[in-house]
Amino acid sequence: MSKKNTLFISCDEASHNCDKSQYNEASFWERLKLNIHLLYCKACRKYSNNNTKLSQVINHSKVDCLDIKDKQIMKDCFEKELRDQHQN
Amino acid sequence: MPKHQIDPNKWIDSYSDYLFNYTITRVRDRDTAQDLVQDTFFAGLKSMKNFKGEASERTWLISILKRKIIDYYRKINSKKGKAEVRINYNSDTEDEGDWLEERVADSFDKTAEDNLENTELGLAIHNCIAKLPEKQAQVFKMKTILNYETEAICNELNITASNLWVIIHRARTTVAACLEKNWF
Repeated sequence: MSKKNTLFISCDEASHNCDKSQYNEASFWERLKLNIHLLYCKACRKYSNNNTKLSQVINHSKVDCLDIKDKQIMKDCFEKELRDQHQN
Repeated sequence: MPKHQIDPNKWIDSYSDYLFNYTITRVRDRDTAQDLVQDTFFAGLKSMKNFKGEASERTWLISILKRKIIDYYRKINSKKGKAEVRINYNSDTEDEGDWLEERVADSFDKTAEDNLENTELGLAIHNCIAKLPEKQAQVFKMKTILNYETEAICNELNITASNLWVIIHRARTTVAACLEKNWF
């Protein structure tokens, strides 16, 4: 338990917190621990920068894709059509 | 011997998001875009025998999609008068007279170029996502592009939260490296 409360975390945990914070899902403590880790860990700093950049690029690009359900509907329709064609 | 083979069974999985992203930047309406993509797949299926294998499947499908988008605009403009371009000398507004000052291009307004760049960037992102393993691609799209809640994805795909974060981590690393190479 004492290990869990420490402010110093492993790189694995740091990158996990970093991923979470990209989606605004990291808690205050997780962000704090991440930032402390970033103070002394160069590798994680680099990962964190790249990760943030990726988030910015994706938000900026307004990239879009089909909703999972719509895609499934489209797939069902298409497979039906495909079967019909095979029969003819 | 044609270089490219055609296999409609994989079309939806492989190309639907790419085509959709291509369409949505041109029609600005999800439902319309979805219909156009679906029409494209059907049209592709019907004219499969015309596929010569000179271009990749995706290029071929995009060329069909382009025709569909043009047809779409033609159809909504076909009612009489809608297609006309009306040029009025500000008859309906108050600020008559100084039209030149009002219409001169604003050099700080770069929206057109920005949009163009965004369109290409969106397609570049889809190219990178297409290189991911299927599961990673799916989770990454749901989480990052469609902004699903973590819990919703876990329920939908039957995975645990820590499982999801591992997948997200791998996907992000790959996509970042891919974009680094192909875009910046």
